[in-house]
Amino acid sequence: MLKSYEELSPIAIDCLKEIGNIGSSYAASSMSTMLSKSVEMHVPEVRLMDFQSVIDEMGGPEKVIAGILVDLSGDIEGMIMFLLEESFTKIVLDTLMGRQHINLTELDEADISAIIEMGNIMAGSYIGAISSLSGLSVKMAVPSMTVDMMGAVMDLPIIEFSKVGDKVLFIDDGFIIDNIDIKSNIILVPTVESLDILMKKLGVSDD
Amino acid sequence: MINNNGISVGIGDFKVCRVPETLVTYALGSCVGICLLDSTAGVAGLSHIMLPDSTAGSSGAASPMKFADSALPMMIKQMEMMGASRARMKAKIAGGATMFLVANDKFNIGERNVAAVKRVLMENRIPIIAEDTGLNYGRTQMFYTDTGVMEIRSATKGVRTF
Repeated sequence: MLKSYEELSPIAIDCLKEIGNIGSSYAASSMSTMLSKSVEMHVPEVRLMDFQSVIDEMGGPEKVIAGILVDLSGDIEGMIMFLLEESFTKIVLDTLMGRQHINLTELDEADISAIIEMGNIMAGSYIGAISSLSGLSVKMAVPSMTVDMMGAVMDLPIIEFSKVGDKVLFIDDGFIIDNIDIKSNIILVPTVESLDILMKKLGVSDD
Repeated sequence: MINNNGISVGIGDFKVCRVPETLVTYALGSCVGICLLDSTAGVAGLSHIMLPDSTAGSSGAASPMKFADSALPMMIKQMEMMGASRARMKAKIAGGATMFLVANDKFNIGERNVAAVKRVLMENRIPIIAEDTGLNYGRTQMFYTDTGVMEIRSATKGVRTF
C-alpha cells in the first residue's frame, strides 16, 4: 500500500507520465474541435515536484492566473486543477467570444463560462486517458473557476497534497494554436489511496 | 529569506522576529495568516497555517507547523523564549477565503481554518484586535512589527491596512 507520493517507483512515475502524454493529446484534439483551429502540442513534461517549486517556476505566488478546479469521484477520488496563463485565456476568449485584449481580472459571466467549458473539456481528456488505460470509472464534478494570485488559487490542491507529502504531480503542457505558443499547467491530485488503486490496475504496484 | 519586503514566511511555516523587522506571507487563499505581537517586549511572529487540526486524519508525517492547533502554541513558546509574554500578545489574522464555490464540504477549509485559529487564540487568552477573513479572494499579508500594522494586498481589491 502506498503511503505517500514519494514512494512511487520509477515505473509508476513513467506510467503517470504516459497518462499525462495521452491526456494532453486528447486535450489538443478536443481543443482543436472546440476552437475550430489547428492545435499542435509539444511533448508534455510530467514531473513530481514540491509545490513551492511549482509556484516559483510559474512566476511566484502573487502572479495572477486562472485556476479551474474539478472534483473527482468514483473509482478515483481527488481533484484536477488547470492553471491557465493569460495568453491561453486570451486565445480561448478571442476565438469563442470575439473578445480581444481582455484582462484576466475583467472577465464577465460569459467569459467565465467559456473558460470553464474549456477546462471541462480538458479535464475530460485527462480523465479519459486514465479511464482508457486503467478501465477505472471516474466521475467529474462541474468545474469551478477563480482568477487570483497563484498561491491562493493553488492552496486547495496544496492542502490536499500536504496530507500525504509535499509533492504534486505537475503536467506542463505546451500547445501551438495559430502559431502561437501557449502553456497550460495541470496539477493532478488523486488521493493516495486512489493512486494506489490506479497503480494496481495498471500493474505497476510493488505488491 | 530576508529581502526588501521583509522576512518571508512560507506556506505551512512560521517565523518569529524582533521589532522593527517586517514579516510577510504571500497569497493566502483558504490558509490563515496569524500575526502576533508583544509590543512591550518587541517580539513578533507570523504563522501561515494550512489546516485546522493536527489530530484529524492521516497527518502523522506532516509538519506540526501546518496546523492551527500545533503551529500557534509552538510559535507562542518561541516568542516567549525571546522574552515575550503571552498575556501581552495581541493577534491580527487574515485569510480563510473560499477560493472555489463548489458544493463539497472539503472545499470549505477556509472557514474551518479561521474557526480553529480563533479557538486556539482564545484558549491562550490572546485577543484578536483585527481580522480580514473569509470571502473569495487571495490575500498577501505584511506585518509591520514596529507599528503593529497589518497590510493586506489582493489581486482585485487593492491594499488595505488593519
